[in-house]
Amino acid sequence: MNNPFLQIDALTKRYPSPGGEDLTVFEEVSFDINKGEFVCIIGHSGCGKSTIMNVLAGLDTATSGAVTMDGKEVVGPSLDRGVVFQNYSLLPWRSALKNVTFGVRARHPDWSKEQILEHSYKYLEMVGLSGGAEHRKPSQLSGGMRQRVSIARAFAIQPKLLLLDEPFGALDALTRGTIQDELIRIWSGSEQTVFMITHDVDEAILLADRILLMTNGPYARVAESVVIDIPRPRNRAEIIHDPGYYKIRNHLVEFLALRSKALAEERPDDDGPMKPRRPATVRPAHSAEGEGPEDGLGEGPGEDRPAPLVEPERMSLVQ
Amino acid sequence: MVSSLPARALFLSAVILVVTLGIWELSTPAVKAAGEMTEYEMLMGGADQEARVPPPSQVLERAWEELSNPFYDNGPNDKGIGIQVGYSLFRVLTGYFLAAMIAIPIGFLIGMSPLMYRALDPFIQVLRPISPLAWMPLALFIIKDSEASSIFVIFICSIWPMLINTAFGVAGVRKDWVNVARTHELGSLRTALTVILPAAAPTIVTGMRISIGIAWLVIVAAEMLVGGTGVGYYVWNEWNNLDLTSVIFSILVIGVVGMLLDAAFAQVQRAVRYQE
Ligand SMILES: Nc1ncnc2c1ncn2[C@@H]1O[C@H](COP(=O)(O)OP(=O)(O)OP(=O)(O)O)[C@@H](O)[C@H]1O
Ligand SMILES: [Mg+2]
Repeated sequence: MNNPFLQIDALTKRYPSPGGEDLTVFEEVSFDINKGEFVCIIGHSGCGKSTIMNVLAGLDTATSGAVTMDGKEVVGPSLDRGVVFQNYSLLPWRSALKNVTFGVRARHPDWSKEQILEHSYKYLEMVGLSGGAEHRKPSQLSGGMRQRVSIARAFAIQPKLLLLDEPFGALDALTRGTIQDELIRIWSGSEQTVFMITHDVDEAILLADRILLMTNGPYARVAESVVIDIPRPRNRAEIIHDPGYYKIRNHLVEFLALRSKALAEERPDDDGPMKPRRPATVRPAHSAEGEGPEDGLGEGPGEDRPAPLVEPERMSLVQ
Repeated sequence: MVSSLPARALFLSAVILVVTLGIWELSTPAVKAAGEMTEYEMLMGGADQEARVPPPSQVLERAWEELSNPFYDNGPNDKGIGIQVGYSLFRVLTGYFLAAMIAIPIGFLIGMSPLMYRALDPFIQVLRPISPLAWMPLALFIIKDSEASSIFVIFICSIWPMLINTAFGVAGVRKDWVNVARTHELGSLRTALTVILPAAAPTIVTGMRISIGIAWLVIVAAEMLVGGTGVGYYVWNEWNNLDLTSVIFSILVIGVVGMLLDAAFAQVQRAVRYQE
């Protein structure tokens, strides 16, 4: 078997603290992402998702461990890895349009002004920003509009790997849906690989091929890799009728509500730090236990599962 | 009366001006008889019209005379106010732009590199509080030219605010913005020009504005010391001529020119400002 497109090996991040004990954000995190795969990562706030993403982007360095993309170790940032930052990171003295052309110019230094403008407008229109709004400064745009500019900037450079840190967090449900569809459309029409952080379980199921589940920090780990084998194209309205949907959903919600904490408390000290472990692959949709929304809970530790976990309405992690 | 705040402020300013000038005009004593003069007044030229503080009407008259022919040149001790202001502006702007050309790049370096910051900090801390005029003897001795020496004094006094503000602005550029440049693989020069410079520009221009203000303060003193030409020399020369009307007139000119310089930089500040 040839090497995966993106390989993360035994990544550990520690922040030294002058007085007391070092803060170990995550430890021995290892996983692979194949070319063209769409992978989401879910975990509670502060477990280190953004930090992992910054290491993948080459903006931050891990205390130990390695990231390999396309057979080459990631040592610094690259135009092959486009980033949508959690806080948008738009340049406030440039208009929305100029923020996008900034990226396009960096990617295609040989292009003419017209080519750069045309390409930038294409992506701005794709995220629904046109008709004058593109000439405004970020401070004159709403949070959701800023996020869309940031998305357009990252997509417009057409990187091999898209790194998205909660890219839809500030969007209303309608825009969020539109841009999710756009993202899927861009992604499926290209060779691009996507790694996305989200807090929204339903969004992850709708978009991802695989969802990585992180335990709570400190000493966070990627505990499971949940395969979403719901056939594509997926549709927001129809996906909930898929027989595997609630099994997956319940599995995720249960992990976040109970097991992420339980697993964090039982740190496996026995298997030494020498051998990097890949997270266990789980396919909740094919679990042996019954079917239908009510019986989705898999191998959870508690028999008495709390009632709200199986309620079918959208549930987000951030209350 | 219902009117906007600026209109009311303007009205109040006019009232204050008229009242102040009125009091000044009325309180200026008439020419005294010789018997009433103090010893000092005798020394200062006795009943000479010029030896007392002139009323505003006289100053206005003088202003009208001077401003209607600002560029006349009747030899070294009698030049029009326009020529004198021109000499001063030339010195200020030369010294100032030389300072900017050095302060802004070095400020960039200090702001980008914690090592350079620490290495250069002690020098800056010692040199900065030195009064620019204290450099004058040394400058005259080394440069041996009064013109270049006054330019040097302007240079040395305007360098610090620009240097410190540039370093401060550059060091304070948000890491997120630098990361944007990094993820787009911009080289260090492109990063400096397209991200760090615009991000730090408001702080840098504030430093430039402070510097030009200080430079204009210092040039008057420097020209009084060095003599020859310039608005500072003009003030001193008129004082030696005991022409207080001209002294007051030139004080006003210094104020107005300083205000215009400051207003120009306020305009630049407005142009580079951005909102996060
Ligand atoms: N410079 C730093 N020094 C010390 N600790 C830090 C530093 N930067 C981040 N951390 C810690 O690292 C942990 C992970 O931060 P990170 O931003 O990766 O979390 P996250 O999973 O992205 O959270 P969220 O979902 O809220 O965005 C946090 O607990 C934070 O306190
Ligand atoms: Mg985060």
